[in-house]
Amino acid sequence: MKIHEYQAKQLLASRGVAVPRGEVAFSPEDALDIGRRLGGGTVVVKAQIHAGGRGKGGGVKRAADPDEAGRLAAAMIGMRLVTHQTGPEGRRVSRVLVEQGLEIEQELYLGLVIDRASGRPVMMASREGGVEIETVAAETPDRILKQSVHPGVGLAAYQARRLAFGVGLAGATVGHATRLMHAVYDAFLQLDASLIEINPLVVTRAGEVLALDAKMTFDDNALYRQRAIAGLRDLEEEEALEIEASKYALNYIRLDGTIGCMVNGAGLAMATMDIIKLAGSQPANFLDVGGGANAEQIRNAFRILMADTHVRAVLINIFGGILRCDVLAEGVIAAVKELGVRVPIVIRMEGTNVDRGKQMLHDSGLNFTTADGMAEAAQRVVALAG
Amino acid sequence: MAVLIDRDTRLLVQGLTGREGTFHARQAAEYGTTVVGGVTPGKGGTRHEGWPIFDTVAEAVAETGATASVIFVPPAFGADAVMEAADAGLGVVVCITEGIPTLDMMRAQLALAASATRLIGPNCPGVISPGKSKAGIIPGHICREGRVGIVSRSGTLTYEAIHQLTRLGLGQSTCIGIGGDPIIGTTFVNALALFAEDPETDAVVLIGEIGGTAEEEAACAIADGFGKPVIGFVAGQTAPPGRRMGHAGAIIAGGKGTAAEKMTALEGAGVHVVTSPADIGSAVAAALG
Repeated sequence: MKIHEYQAKQLLASRGVAVPRGEVAFSPEDALDIGRRLGGGTVVVKAQIHAGGRGKGGGVKRAADPDEAGRLAAAMIGMRLVTHQTGPEGRRVSRVLVEQGLEIEQELYLGLVIDRASGRPVMMASREGGVEIETVAAETPDRILKQSVHPGVGLAAYQARRLAFGVGLAGATVGHATRLMHAVYDAFLQLDASLIEINPLVVTRAGEVLALDAKMTFDDNALYRQRAIAGLRDLEEEEALEIEASKYALNYIRLDGTIGCMVNGAGLAMATMDIIKLAGSQPANFLDVGGGANAEQIRNAFRILMADTHVRAVLINIFGGILRCDVLAEGVIAAVKELGVRVPIVIRMEGTNVDRGKQMLHDSGLNFTTADGMAEAAQRVVALAG
Repeated sequence: MAVLIDRDTRLLVQGLTGREGTFHARQAAEYGTTVVGGVTPGKGGTRHEGWPIFDTVAEAVAETGATASVIFVPPAFGADAVMEAADAGLGVVVCITEGIPTLDMMRAQLALAASATRLIGPNCPGVISPGKSKAGIIPGHICREGRVGIVSRSGTLTYEAIHQLTRLGLGQSTCIGIGGDPIIGTTFVNALALFAEDPETDAVVLIGEIGGTAEEEAACAIADGFGKPVIGFVAGQTAPPGRRMGHAGAIIAGGKGTAAEKMTALEGAGVHVVTSPADIGSAVAAALG
């Protein structure tokens, strides 16, 4: 799960990470007031959306005084901000962070993730701050310093020092930076984060070390024990159909194509998307109904799938294990009758109770096309979509 | 002889008294697996479906001579169940549970590192050695005893591959679902090492998916000399970057972990990579000539 920058900064600040003074504004008036509370001088107004690249898209601007902050906020709130991570439709900005302007001496990068290969947290630092870290990783990987942390020991003092000296810090700033690194590590563990990224981590002219930006994502599997974090979820940042799907424990992601698909299991769902492309079309979505879906979930899955008006034909590919083919057939028949679906439906099913499922589809009197095998199913559905 | 589990396996079910545990314990027993009992803390001393239930894994091992366990406990208790099984000295532990927090597994791995236990999963369909034994949820009726090994990050896509092989008359030695989570006990590299040493495995099907670098690591291991044909498929060729596709592991981060990169790495190592998931079975048949 993702959260906003201002939320990440609050979480980190309360755990000892230095951040610029600032507050979130939901209106231009709020922004003006915050500017005044911050002393009336230069502030930065930052659009809050769950995507990177906001600066280039016009979502981060400097204001000389509170009045200008109010005007910038008025322009940003309600706008659709387009960045390289949002797609061409952009994201609607509903809130801005108004922060004190800082005299910045140096921009660094600090990140913490779980490295899958070693199964351990890895803290990364670079002197190439304020730019896309993926670009640094691709072009000059030696400029990213890494320390693999032993989970039983935690981030050792020497590891933090190695990173701090490694990015060129000296004097008192080393201590500020290492304290911040330890605070970031502790926050990661306490909050079940899956990523913390501070880009840039800045050194001010006064020698302070602060998180000028902060990105945190959290382990969805741990949200049951992180109620406060779960409460930070911003539904405005999510696709309406994806929210609807999550209510029924369905995993749905909307894509750009015209072939709607419904599959059990994530791997088979991705493979089904792949074979649709090989057959010459594009999937309209990823939809994994899970291993043990019931007829009710199948019905809801179908409803969500059909709410996408781009869908011209549907491919249902189910390998029955725990999910039995007769249960699938029952759900699909109910959904098609209820929704009065007009687009062609191709069903490929295999596994537990497959013969009974096929019989039910046949007896329903509805116009289903059945297919034997994934390749045939994909070819049929692409042909029917026209 | 197959790998991991065999006719001699004595299987314990952690979470046997739950709905899933009950269902799959019964399925495993019907398949011919020697299911020796279950563990549910607080229900020790009772019987469930005829099987003895124990409060702790250690006690169950002492009483039943269990050699392996399969875990069907809720996600909040998953990592603890894994550690308990390892502490009790079980050689093979298969964790089916989906949704275990990553940091829990990170700590569990630390405990496992000091043991001789081989963990499969979590968030996986488990292991089946067709005609011999099964620990997990792979449907037995789609399998056929034979000489092709399967190792996969996916669940139902594994069934698809098994089904294609069985239809072509190609049986399987052992099918291993290694799981879709970021931190797993057995990697492709570990599974390949097991198959390399198994005289009853002639070829291996490797089914990967987007995210992480497990396929690239497998490619390195195969390039170093595997000695048996490997047929590969990578799911998620059409997946958009930055989106999690069901499995926590299936996310392409910053252009890394794409299907194209993985397929190139595997091909470079001499793996027969198929672009269509419908061609897995026929590619194995072709490779075995």
